[in-house]
Amino acid sequence: MTLVAPARLGGVRRFFRMPTAIAGLSILVAFTLLALTAPLYIHPSDLDVTKATGGQLAPPGHGYPLGTDQPGRSVLLLLIWGTRTSLAIGVIATLLAMVLGSAIGLLAGHYQRWLGRGLMHVTDWFIALPSLPLAISLSAVLGQGARSITIAIAVTSWTSTARLVRAQTLAVEARPFIERVRALGAGNVQVMVRHVLPNVAPLILVSSTLTVASAILAETTLTFLGLGNPTEVSWGTMINQAYTGSAVTRGAWWYLLPPGIAIVIVVLGFTMTGRAVEHILNPRMMIR
Amino acid sequence: MSDALAAPGAAATAPRWYRSSFWPYLGAKLAGAVVSFLVMLVIGFTIFNVMPSDPVATLTRSHPTSPGQMAALRKQLGVDLPVWHRFLNFVGHTLTGNLGDSWQYHQSVASLIADRLWPTVLLIGSATIISVVLGLWLGIRSGWRHGSVFDRLSSGVSLTLWSVPTFWLGLILLVLFTVGAGPIPSGLFPAGQMSTPGYEGSWIGQVGDTVHHLILPCLTLVLVIFAQYVTIMRSSIIDELGAPYLLTARAKGLRDDDVRRKHAVPNALLPSVTVIFLQLGTILAGAITVETVYSWPGLGFLTFQALQIPDLPLLEGTFVVLSGAVIVMNLLADLLYRVLDPRVRAQ
Amino acid sequence: MSLLEVRDLSVTYGADVRAVRGVSFSLDAGQTLGVAGESGSGKSTVALSLLRLLPSSARTSGEVRLGDEDVLTMGWGRLRTVRWAEASIVFQGAMSALNPVRTIGEQIREPILLHEKVGIRAARERSAELLDSVGVPARRVGAYPHELSGGQRQRVMIAMALACRPDLIIADEPTTALDVIVQAQILSLLGDLVRESNISLIMISHDLSVLAETCDRLAVMYAGRIVEIGTSRQMIAEPRHPYTRALSGAFPTIGDPASRLAPSGLPGDPPDPRVIAAGCPFEPRCPEAFAECSTHPVELWPAGERRESACLKVLPEFAKASA
Repeated sequence: MTLVAPARLGGVRRFFRMPTAIAGLSILVAFTLLALTAPLYIHPSDLDVTKATGGQLAPPGHGYPLGTDQPGRSVLLLLIWGTRTSLAIGVIATLLAMVLGSAIGLLAGHYQRWLGRGLMHVTDWFIALPSLPLAISLSAVLGQGARSITIAIAVTSWTSTARLVRAQTLAVEARPFIERVRALGAGNVQVMVRHVLPNVAPLILVSSTLTVASAILAETTLTFLGLGNPTEVSWGTMINQAYTGSAVTRGAWWYLLPPGIAIVIVVLGFTMTGRAVEHILNPRMMIR
Repeated sequence: MSDALAAPGAAATAPRWYRSSFWPYLGAKLAGAVVSFLVMLVIGFTIFNVMPSDPVATLTRSHPTSPGQMAALRKQLGVDLPVWHRFLNFVGHTLTGNLGDSWQYHQSVASLIADRLWPTVLLIGSATIISVVLGLWLGIRSGWRHGSVFDRLSSGVSLTLWSVPTFWLGLILLVLFTVGAGPIPSGLFPAGQMSTPGYEGSWIGQVGDTVHHLILPCLTLVLVIFAQYVTIMRSSIIDELGAPYLLTARAKGLRDDDVRRKHAVPNALLPSVTVIFLQLGTILAGAITVETVYSWPGLGFLTFQALQIPDLPLLEGTFVVLSGAVIVMNLLADLLYRVLDPRVRAQ
Repeated sequence: MSLLEVRDLSVTYGADVRAVRGVSFSLDAGQTLGVAGESGSGKSTVALSLLRLLPSSARTSGEVRLGDEDVLTMGWGRLRTVRWAEASIVFQGAMSALNPVRTIGEQIREPILLHEKVGIRAARERSAELLDSVGVPARRVGAYPHELSGGQRQRVMIAMALACRPDLIIADEPTTALDVIVQAQILSLLGDLVRESNISLIMISHDLSVLAETCDRLAVMYAGRIVEIGTSRQMIAEPRHPYTRALSGAFPTIGDPASRLAPSGLPGDPPDPRVIAAGCPFEPRCPEAFAECSTHPVELWPAGERRESACLKVLPEFAKASA
């Protein structure tokens, strides 16, 4: 009784006909592979500040395609290792936000009276708060590090999913088949999980892809502001160290450019993929 | 409804503002804003006063302190009172402008914020105006001929710029224009702050000096936020493209440019205008990082400075002020839309 | 010379959607012509093509002579001066055909200021006169479209169409979505104005009774072609094409005993505009079709005094044919 099954097959074909979709997906695949395979060729010693063997803040040269950082580590290896942190935080934070947002959205759409309205009020209050000050405050209070950043991002990202899911829940529950299912004795949880959720899932997928993009940007911003763990290697900490160290004044562009470019490419990858999926689902799901 | 039965326009003679239902609308929106503000205070209080394990411990972790001193400090800071009492104190203090004292600057948070308010307003204001003008112009042209090369190019550029981390862009521009790279000479723009220390020029000279310092931060902020306005204006115009009244305008013999300018744009502009106000949250996020990069002495940089230690009262103060500003802007957006759209006005 | 002469007008959307297939008719000054047909018959497309207002995806061929110039081949500059000043349009659905954020006064003034060399004051006076002439109080000139009733909005559309004193007004479904009383008022207003100023009128509607009242001549369209054309009174009284018969049956005249017995409604749908069928396009739905109807090509043949019909039955060799 779900709407999704027949649409998926045609959709996959259409997806691969869109150049932006292919570009986006390729980027994601490439970076994911990079992140997963990194431990195979990067040793802890490459990242250890005390074991650095290159020249200090040296420009690209033999053996160091992207030059070295302040202590002498290879920027290229740092960049690849940083993929893991940024992707991990981005994906996990998004996952948390998705689960929270979907749960609230489903409940708000299903129980339309006082629970639903209450939940929507809560959502509106969170939407009224500017996200970066909130994220900064949460991270500062929870302590430096990846965990607090992830939580902070999740707390500031769930609202758009909640709204989306609620709207779609309302739309789905207005369809006649839900009445039939209820008449057959389905309970609330059954209706929500077995009938509404599959119809809402594609929307959540689109929304989450776009959320990962902003989560990664948020992670790098928070890390740049000093809320990350300075001993961990991530793109944000690299830029932070370029800022606080002398890389900027010494014009060490090889240390400053690569992490930013990597961020742009990955964010573009998620955004292009998300928009492509949205475009495909659009006529069928009437998202707008 | 038959013409013969329609009232002969008696209602049209009373002034619009009187007979409209604007006042109840205003009341409802105002009440909503107040509730949002209070909820924000609750959230702020929870984050800064309930969540930290022991602010006194955090504060004194670098200096050895005796338990007696810590107890006295707790009493002084008021953290030994029950939660609800502290919350009421907090709300009361906030509404009267007392935001506590900064732990690192030995100054009241309120005065620190007051000092840093104008630079942020200047930065955000100038960046918004430039972005709006640029974004609207690009958005209108892109949307009117959507699918064209111009449109796809501008969409691509907007998308890419949105993906660029603001602080990184700021750093790049900083390096480019202050340290210099390739053909660009060094020292083209000042390396940060709002004015040259020790500048002794005339009033005009000082303004010029400030503007000189403003250019790079403003440029950085503009580059990242103008894309939002392009997107909103473009989709507004595209929404209007199939409208029947545009066909009427063409049938009257108007040129394509005039049809766009005189008919499509005013209609498309309506939803866009309110978006400008609603974007403040995003602009603030950009401002925080841009000010940090350029050491621009505004509220954003203050927030960054508050992260050292962390200076919780100061952080709380900036959180409250920034969130409050966004709530006010959202309220203004709601009211403005109501005022501008003649259809909404009549309700 | 006639005011408007349309010769073999054809419009194709995209690659294969033939919305209009070779329409020809002429109109003299002061004449009124009604164009009837169901949705999809191409009547609105014909109307819009008279001023080249179709979207760029439409390809038009044929000739539309307004005076002594062909609208379809004139330059853009000339076209823009012809639009509204020589021929104007009263669109249906005035709520969306009027700009919601401009006052009606501004919208009436707009073509005046564009086409005539007058100042704002003169334009304002003229728009007040126009509103009066259509029965809208002149003081409502500062009202927005949503502040007026449906009937008032349609009157504003008419006033706007008269603004530049055109020779021809094209009214595309001017009374659809209005209730019957208002409909009658609008029709009589249109009729009066057109007679007083000797303006030619082309009125498009799916409602035959509306057209019969206001127009001297009638053209019935089906599947992009005119299937019958003649004086309206004769056509209603004595239709010479099965489709016209079906259309007039669909709108019974109250009080006429014959209508009570006539079947109304026509089963089936118009043909797919992408397909060019052999024979008569109406054949699949025609209650009077016979063998040759699906193979013999049809065109407009004389069927009486100043009457033409595209039915095989008007030809002497098929006059007595039946299914």
